[in-house]
Amino acid sequence: MPRPIKSITDPRLSLQILSPEDVRRIHTATLDVIESVGVRFPSPKALKIWEAHGAQVDWDTRIVRAPGHLIEDALKKAPPVYTLAARDPAQDLPLDGNHVYVGTDGCGVQMIDLYTGQRRLSALKDVAEIARVADYVEEVAFIWIPVSAQDCPPETRSLYELKAAWENSTKHVQTESIYSEREARASVEMAALIAGGREELRRRPVLSYALCTAPPLGQDPGTLEAALVAAEAGIPVGFMTMTSCGTTAPVTLAGNLVVGNAEVISALAMIQLAYPGAPVFYAAAQTAMDLRTGGYTGGGPEDFLFGAASNVLADFYNVPLSMGSFATGAKEPNWQAGIENSLSTFMACVVMSDMLLGVGLLHGSRIWSYEQMLMDCEIFDIVYNTMKGIPVDDETLALDVIRAVGPGGNFLAQKHTRKHMRELWVPKFMDRRPYEEWEAKRDDARDWARAMARQILETHQPEPLDLQLAAELEHIIATA
Amino acid sequence: MTDELFRAMARSIIDGDPDAAADLAKKAVEAGIDPLEAINKGFVPGVDYVGEQYGKGEMFLPDLVLAGEAMKAAVAVLEPEIVRQGSQRQTLGVVVIGTVEGDIHDIGKTLVATMLSVSGFRVYDLGVDVPVATFVEKAREVSADIVGMSALLTTTMVRQRDVVEALEDAGLRSQVKVMVGGAPVTRAWAQEIGADGYSEDAIGAVAVAKQLLAK
Repeated sequence: MPRPIKSITDPRLSLQILSPEDVRRIHTATLDVIESVGVRFPSPKALKIWEAHGAQVDWDTRIVRAPGHLIEDALKKAPPVYTLAARDPAQDLPLDGNHVYVGTDGCGVQMIDLYTGQRRLSALKDVAEIARVADYVEEVAFIWIPVSAQDCPPETRSLYELKAAWENSTKHVQTESIYSEREARASVEMAALIAGGREELRRRPVLSYALCTAPPLGQDPGTLEAALVAAEAGIPVGFMTMTSCGTTAPVTLAGNLVVGNAEVISALAMIQLAYPGAPVFYAAAQTAMDLRTGGYTGGGPEDFLFGAASNVLADFYNVPLSMGSFATGAKEPNWQAGIENSLSTFMACVVMSDMLLGVGLLHGSRIWSYEQMLMDCEIFDIVYNTMKGIPVDDETLALDVIRAVGPGGNFLAQKHTRKHMRELWVPKFMDRRPYEEWEAKRDDARDWARAMARQILETHQPEPLDLQLAAELEHIIATA
Repeated sequence: MTDELFRAMARSIIDGDPDAAADLAKKAVEAGIDPLEAINKGFVPGVDYVGEQYGKGEMFLPDLVLAGEAMKAAVAVLEPEIVRQGSQRQTLGVVVIGTVEGDIHDIGKTLVATMLSVSGFRVYDLGVDVPVATFVEKAREVSADIVGMSALLTTTMVRQRDVVEALEDAGLRSQVKVMVGGAPVTRAWAQEIGADGYSEDAIGAVAVAKQLLAK
């Protein structure tokens, strides 16, 4: 049986972070940047596409300057709504603007070992095991390749990662580690096998791509070529900007949004020029540099504001959004991790970002921790319940019950209480025990999360991949 | 008069103003001031002050970078003059730096290059997507003391090992220290590939470079 998936829907909370005038100004500034400054597309294939559609292409600098109408018209061709398909159709994820789904974070390079507690390099086995735990927890809707399979050869590493994810979960798989046309072609073949053919893959994409831009105002050549291969096959493709205030973008937040926006919408427009109607999404994880080191922060008020603002932009362009939330800069699951991951996730959820990336990584998406993963899931669960708001009607006003109990009584014995009590939130990892019980045991959320992760890993067995299919995937990788 | 000029030089560094720094350097040359003295008594105190303030948490990375740009502008004017006088500017060492082949991530590497440069190293920045052989050739050409490599992808990180091996094959390994960095790079990886130094950020990289050459 596929595990249920928890997603936020029909929210009762909202937030206005940018006025329509703000959005218009950001959009206009973005088009100005794309037209007058340009964006670097260092791939001959990409440059040819731009040239064929009338953009100004400088073949020496590989910078494209495209008029605003070309970008706007191209973006209009992008489908506003589509579905990320899962191996098990019961776990399909409609990106319809009324759901918030969480993925695992990626792509880490180290693991806090679940049994020894030691930090070590990530390997293929970790991709498989994380996928298996993620398959179980209902807060995780799709598997983003969580860590790098560093024991596999670099040329086919991304493909082994995909295979491991499919072998250990029936949920949708999204990769962020394919950087070449060759790997992309192999991944399309693999996804087609899982979906049941190329046409079926187009109808039910069991794989999607999140690809990074190269800020400021650039793209990565291999990434562009991989994106084109995926888009041709109907695999949803998103471009993620990670512009950072003061290093890869202006230090001011609005200026940061403009640079990142220019990168993302120019890339999405290129895909639409090449394959009109191909499913694409906006992806972002803008941040501010740490003023002392220039390093990635992994959280802070700027990140929280970006988390809410990006969905306004994605809505303006009428495409789904994948937003970076969670992904704390903390070194271990602690106060900082709790604050950063709660606020970033709340801000991205309250505006109904379609996908959130994601649970489980520490130290700015570098170190995987199963404890953090499950505590992140609890953060999402809190936000999920908060987003339900306060429904007000006769039943919830509960006048009859108030009358029945009267002054000085209590509500414990009321049927109304039992009927609705499960609407109250029950934590997995919050410590609400009597003080003395805590004092005697001195355990906490991390211990409970670790125990739960071990239990899932030792007991949960997702619907396995057909052996023949697995062998064919292996063959595709071997010949890629 | 000279003291006033020196103070203005320091100020141009603290303000992070490359134009002012270059102008002051030109003035010094015109006034016949020893260019080495202009650097050491004029501009360097500015760099020291910025470093001190940074250490206290009063100044931030952009202050350091701008100070570096100003210093670069001053040195660009004064260096030819030093050479013309048959003299030589003391540097802490020669560094060849770049992002490895297949990787276009620029900013971390550039930041390290700037910090090394402002700290007194002579830095040759090879840019991004640098082939293994280019690192080796440049290291030989400029008699590098340090070769620094950046990589942001686990798939390109392996090139750092290739460069270490190529330096070995070229017979240069004993003469250069190797430093590696980049988001996926760890101390363990640095050790595994036989690199000499590793730092998580640019400020740390300067300390590591100084330490490596002090040995």
